[in-house]
Amino acid sequence: MPTIKIDGKEMEVPAGITILQACEMAGIEVPRFCYHERLSIAGNCRMCLVEVKPGPPKPQASCALPVADKQEIFTNTPMVTKARNGVMEFLLINHPLDCPICDQGGECDLQDQAMAYGYDRSRYHENKRAVPDKELGPLVKTSMNRCIHCTRCIRFATEVAGTEQLGATGRGESMEVTTYVESALQTELAGNLVDLCPVGALTAKPYAFEARSWEMRKTESVDVFDALGANIRIDTRGGQVMRVLPRLNDDVNEEWISDKTRHAIDGLRHQRLDRPYVRVKGKLVPATWDDAFAAIAARLKPLDGSKVAAIVGDQCDAESMVALKDLMAGLGSTNIDCRQDGAKLEAGVRGSYIFNPGVKGIDQADAILLVGTNPRWESPVLNARIRKRYLSGRCLIGSVGPAVDLTYPVERLGAGPASLADIAAGKGSFAEKFKAAKNPLVIVGMGALSREDGAAVLTMARSLATVRDDWNGFAVLHTAAARVGALDLGLVPGAGGKDVAGILAGAASKEIEVVYLLAADEIDMSKLGKAFVIYQGHHGDAGANRADVILPGAAYTEKPGTYANTEGRVQLGQRASYPPGDAREDWAILRALSERLGKPLPYDTIDQVRARLIAVNKSFAALDQQSPGAWGDFGKAGTTADAPFVSPVANFYMTDPISRASKTMADCMASRTQLMAAE
Amino acid sequence: MAMITADPKDVPQVASFAFTPENMEKVKGFIANYPPGRQASAVISVLDLAQRQQGWLPRVAMNEVARILDMAPIRVYEIATFYTMFQLKPKGKYLLQVCTTTPCWLRGSDAVMKACQHAADGETFSVQEVECLGGCVNAPVVQINDDFYEDLDEASMKKVLDAFKRGETPKPGPQVNRQTSAPEGGPTTLKGE
Repeated sequence: MPTIKIDGKEMEVPAGITILQACEMAGIEVPRFCYHERLSIAGNCRMCLVEVKPGPPKPQASCALPVADKQEIFTNTPMVTKARNGVMEFLLINHPLDCPICDQGGECDLQDQAMAYGYDRSRYHENKRAVPDKELGPLVKTSMNRCIHCTRCIRFATEVAGTEQLGATGRGESMEVTTYVESALQTELAGNLVDLCPVGALTAKPYAFEARSWEMRKTESVDVFDALGANIRIDTRGGQVMRVLPRLNDDVNEEWISDKTRHAIDGLRHQRLDRPYVRVKGKLVPATWDDAFAAIAARLKPLDGSKVAAIVGDQCDAESMVALKDLMAGLGSTNIDCRQDGAKLEAGVRGSYIFNPGVKGIDQADAILLVGTNPRWESPVLNARIRKRYLSGRCLIGSVGPAVDLTYPVERLGAGPASLADIAAGKGSFAEKFKAAKNPLVIVGMGALSREDGAAVLTMARSLATVRDDWNGFAVLHTAAARVGALDLGLVPGAGGKDVAGILAGAASKEIEVVYLLAADEIDMSKLGKAFVIYQGHHGDAGANRADVILPGAAYTEKPGTYANTEGRVQLGQRASYPPGDAREDWAILRALSERLGKPLPYDTIDQVRARLIAVNKSFAALDQQSPGAWGDFGKAGTTADAPFVSPVANFYMTDPISRASKTMADCMASRTQLMAAE
Repeated sequence: MAMITADPKDVPQVASFAFTPENMEKVKGFIANYPPGRQASAVISVLDLAQRQQGWLPRVAMNEVARILDMAPIRVYEIATFYTMFQLKPKGKYLLQVCTTTPCWLRGSDAVMKACQHAADGETFSVQEVECLGGCVNAPVVQINDDFYEDLDEASMKKVLDAFKRGETPKPGPQVNRQTSAPEGGPTTLKGE
């Protein structure tokens, strides 16, 4: 461990780190534009200059200089101050003074650092250079005059997103950051470019001129658009969600989020259910909560519990799910299911339905087998993590399932269960290498499990997994944010209960007379037959369309909620704004309804509901922690069909009621369809 | 300052580009200069070959180079736009690169430039003003395709250009009585044994 001296303070630092990192460890701020922790080092902005002894008598770029023993570093000498002043002056030669109309204003690195390290005036009177703006698709707005050529966007696109489309053309004064061929970026992570840009050259198109950073209230929460549970910050102004930004969590999303997480929020403003509705003579008419509850009570009270069923949606919080479970138990019904897609997962063995090694485990894997999944669309940030693993080298990646571009090379091993059976039997070179690997990782997607033979596929995948004390290589990649929480709470058919297929069949044969949909929109509503449908949710989507009674609930930004992500990590979402109109928090609606039905639920506050969560499953007591689940027997050996695995996410941009209501997501889809048609 | 743009939009559309079989052999030779997996290192040689075949570098040619070398097209565009020697717009048969940096300018590059501009028609001749070509001893210098023509004035420049127009190739090098950079009219020192 080299010993160095920073500004006279002696310290020991790990070998191999850069001077900038060492300064950070010492708590000394070094200004920078091009350096970013998660990207390769470019060293081209020259803002991080420091004085280093021994060395040449000139300032050095600290981001690209490794520490050495007995080095002396100075960050506040006159030489350093003057050098940074000069660099800042150079950067501002061509940077327009349009901060008042720039969306980055108030959260701009250049603005802040110009205040801290720059001169108070410019000595340049020449005209500034003018650069044509580029077209980068529906999410990224460009204003290339403001670009300072830090190349962070180029490095992000090339390294993290895996789409080598951005580059710097020309040289010197003519240098431009561009795609050259004017095309939308083909990535699901484009929004992160806006976060990375230290100036206002890349800003968010949907958010253009919407708000200023200092006007908004910031709420730390959790994303529900995919099962990764990315950590997010929701910025609201006057009750409206203005934008969503990523929060740092190295174990989950690092500091990236997908475009759907970031930009589907305009769907929260459209198609909202803001008051109860009751169907009268075939038409939904607005009603009061009292009318709606009365209509439900009239229908439910005389009914035997076995004729009632409930289906849970993909974005529900654990609180509402446990309330629904308790309500159904009170009504004497065991017909409850959370697996809208018919995934053949059981609630018993926790290790059978979570991403056991955790997202962090991907970094340790040395062989990855994807089974029936397209992670690029099912969870783009997790896919970026696999790409990161690929880039660090010596990792074997194979896939049985959809043939798609995952942004990293994948050995295609087949499309369906037959190919998986071959690998399980040890046939082929991949199978041999996979067996020999130290930390092999099997990632099973819903495309492999949401089929008739899902249980048999699950068994095969289990046989491929290596489970030791220090490694559990069995990982299920869910598509629904609520799924793991629901399975933890046991929202699966009880004794003699019906699953989703059974409920739909029962509705057709009139065995089931009342179906309670808790924000469940992904089932085939036409199969509900003549059943009385209660829909509780936040968007006027498929479920609300079919419903006989609509109870308006809250979207994920409007309620405090507990979510377990695909790794089984329990995370808390916070309320950032309030539900519109008469809509209420979901668990509270169920609590009120239970009162009307004469089976009051035994909790009145959210804290009591959370105590109940922990009583049902202890995993809810450990917030933001992840460990492999209990291991045991699961799945069912059986014959498999020949049909290839198909990813359930046919369209990344529209997977749920919120994103289906989002205009931005529709624009993204259009831009991608054009691209795909052009290819 | 004028608007700058890296991608010339006012260039003729070229439908497709493919290396001739002989050139393809050369491309393979360039790639073989580097270890396996490092084929992208050959990009400048291959781009130059494409330019020699086509006369300039249309985007399809750059795409073809990217395909052959297994690179992302943008990486090839970056290189082609960085080096001024790559022509992204069609040029005449002869590209006259007139040096106008101080030594050439002092020795009369303005007149040479005038003669070149007079001859430039875009088909046979195109003119480009360039920075120092490194032939200051023989200023003023003009690079015509691969050759340097040196010690020029307006008249000798015209003579060279007329010869090119007739289809001849005038002798490159000094256009006065001088051997390379030696003194005009023959040696002045070291005449004895």
